[in-house]
Amino acid sequence: MTKPVDKHEFEDGHAFEDTGSGHVTVKSYLVGFVLSVILTAVPFWLVMTHAAPAGVLIPAIIAVGVVQIGVHLKCFLHMDRSASQIWNNAAFVFAAIIVGILIVGSLWIMYHLNMNMMPGMMPVE
Amino acid sequence: MNESFLFGKLTLDAIPFHEPIIMGAVGGMVLAGLAVVGALTYFKAWKLLWDEWLTSVDHKKIGIMYIILALVMLLRGFADALMMRSQQAIASAGAAGYLPPEHFDQVFTAHGVIMIFFMAMPFVIGLMNIVMPLQIGARDVAFPYLNSLSFWLTAAGAMLVNISLAIGEFAHAGWLAYPPLSELPFSPGVGVDYYIWALQISGIGTLLTGVNFITTILKMRAPGMKLMHMPIFTWTTLCANMLIVAAFPILTVTLAMLGLDRYFGMHFFTHDGGGNPMMYVNLIWAWGHPEVYILVIPCFGIYSEVVATFSGKSLFGYKSMVYATMCITVLSFIVWLHHFFTMGSGAKVNAFFGITTMIISIPTGVKIFNWLFTMYRGRVRLEVPVLWTIGFIITFAIGGMTGVLMAVPPADFVLHNSLFLIAHFHNAIIGGVVFGVMAGFSYWFPKATGFKLDPFLGKVSFWSWFIGFYIAFMPIYALGLMGMTRRLAHVDNPVWHAYLIVAAVGAVIIGVGIAATVLQVVLSIVRRDKLKDTTGDPWNGRTLEWATSSPPAFYNFANVPVVKGIDAFWTMKQEGKAPKLEPSYAKIHMPKNTGTGFIIGILSIGLGFALTWHIWWMAAGAFLAMVGMTIWHSFDEHRDWFVPSETVARTEALHFGVKAPEVVQ
Repeated sequence: MTKPVDKHEFEDGHAFEDTGSGHVTVKSYLVGFVLSVILTAVPFWLVMTHAAPAGVLIPAIIAVGVVQIGVHLKCFLHMDRSASQIWNNAAFVFAAIIVGILIVGSLWIMYHLNMNMMPGMMPVE
Repeated sequence: MNESFLFGKLTLDAIPFHEPIIMGAVGGMVLAGLAVVGALTYFKAWKLLWDEWLTSVDHKKIGIMYIILALVMLLRGFADALMMRSQQAIASAGAAGYLPPEHFDQVFTAHGVIMIFFMAMPFVIGLMNIVMPLQIGARDVAFPYLNSLSFWLTAAGAMLVNISLAIGEFAHAGWLAYPPLSELPFSPGVGVDYYIWALQISGIGTLLTGVNFITTILKMRAPGMKLMHMPIFTWTTLCANMLIVAAFPILTVTLAMLGLDRYFGMHFFTHDGGGNPMMYVNLIWAWGHPEVYILVIPCFGIYSEVVATFSGKSLFGYKSMVYATMCITVLSFIVWLHHFFTMGSGAKVNAFFGITTMIISIPTGVKIFNWLFTMYRGRVRLEVPVLWTIGFIITFAIGGMTGVLMAVPPADFVLHNSLFLIAHFHNAIIGGVVFGVMAGFSYWFPKATGFKLDPFLGKVSFWSWFIGFYIAFMPIYALGLMGMTRRLAHVDNPVWHAYLIVAAVGAVIIGVGIAATVLQVVLSIVRRDKLKDTTGDPWNGRTLEWATSSPPAFYNFANVPVVKGIDAFWTMKQEGKAPKLEPSYAKIHMPKNTGTGFIIGILSIGLGFALTWHIWWMAAGAFLAMVGMTIWHSFDEHRDWFVPSETVARTEALHFGVKAPEVVQ
């Protein structure tokens, strides 16, 4: 928590306004914690009980993981659409784009490599 | 291998007593170190060093220390370059040369690692440190202690590389340490471990710098300075640090996985056990391509400042420059596959990344034309920074064209891993980054130190670099087209011999340029009274850093300037509103010095060394001490102080008292 600051800190126009986060309550942390536990337990349970074939399970786990990212952003990082959040949101969008490029690109590249590595694709001497 | 509890893998055999070249270098380093220690003791400067430099959180001093580190490592990296050029020149006529292959392999690995991580990065970050807060009218960066920590972590990484020369060996797997060669079965020594920990430690420092500078630029601009009022160098600093924050975690994770393979027998990048070495190549270049833009984008900013200042005009196409920089920032993340076209992706993938690579040359071309049009009909003063800039425009255009050539996948299949590639990226990095930091060095040197650099030796340095570069690397382009591949310790083709000798001559000419720079710094320090800059504005500058004294007071601005548009200082001068002595000043809130960053940096050397040699007790101890220092520092609540208004008034009077009264133009 910030201490009460000397008034002079603001005279030079350089002090920070506290734009770090939106509305913060204990309740939002508790809600976030409970939701995160549930969203972690669900994929574990799905895998341990072999509830569905792998082709269904993997997308399901990824989907639950993405939902949990949303819960963290909302409940722990307190991101919302208020004006004070503009740089946090911009940073998040930038990060999402970069991570998206990296994951999609890597999957595409590695998938292609594997295709070309298949025995049928190797040149016959 | 037998490991003792006390020393891990470390034994006396680790010191290469039988290698005269290495022992000579080590002896030189030890002597230089002893000379520094002796001088500090003789001049009783230890307390000064600790109070004013090692514990400093002042962005200008941290910047100067970054640049000293970069210049020292430039000498080391260039010594490696000379060894490679001379070895290839000698060993192509049928002779064996003087470097055995395992030593040659370490030399080219160390050359790449040092030049990128410990020369170019510290130089660029050092210039950002000195200039960016001044350009936005701030009194320091957002997190001054973090800034000090960043520097000492970078310096710790550099120290680990230097220690590897004396104790053990350095990696011999190339500057990116591709597996499977960098995996334990093929690199059983400690070289790759030194490499991993040096890069991990300095990489964390770089990442912290990125966070720090982005926050500084977004949150601490002078009142009235909108984003579109920022000087171009500040813009490019912002873009480069966005790239740092986005890209360096990829490097950290990739090297961590390689480390897990080596230390815990995991299988991320092995051939067996489900691993895939090609994933390492993919990931390291997903960091590596943005990395080259992290280096060159700030240099584009330097050229922009230099061109505008010395042409006496505001920059042509300010907005297009900003948009071009942003385009390059984003595009630099979708081209990484062009480093491994030949790895076996299909035509679709290669075509996509080939085209994105060609697209990135468009915003770069926009920049080139902006610089040319800024000079067009300007009153260009051919000072040293302008020479570097013009040299850059010519050289970088050639490097860009050979780059676009290799962006065509079928051409790349011919040129991949040939010396043509080596010539291309040296063309881009020397022409783009080295010329850029040298331009920035001579341009901002009077701001950082209070006196100019001797211009004659600056010109000698420029012409040696410029001519030396072409003599060194044009033959290497040709050799690449003839089919000579990179990293050869020995060749038998007699046709290549003449080219390699010419290239070695070029390297020597570049060496003259480096020597001229060293001499220039020494001579300028000796003649500092003659070269003194009393105005704070030696080049008739346009941006806010020139509104301060040279060197600036530690609080930068006694009164924070109010900004109305681009070229803020130029406008002030036109309106007769440049800073002058005020009757009274307010007290100023500043951060206190702290030794925490330095101590954590020293501990991280111990940590890296211990992990490299498997000395687990020492690693645990160093790590716990680092965590302990961090926690202890977080409880230190006396981190700031107020500079009394009398001190500010006295400092300002001293500055303006010396200054000529007709400074306002």
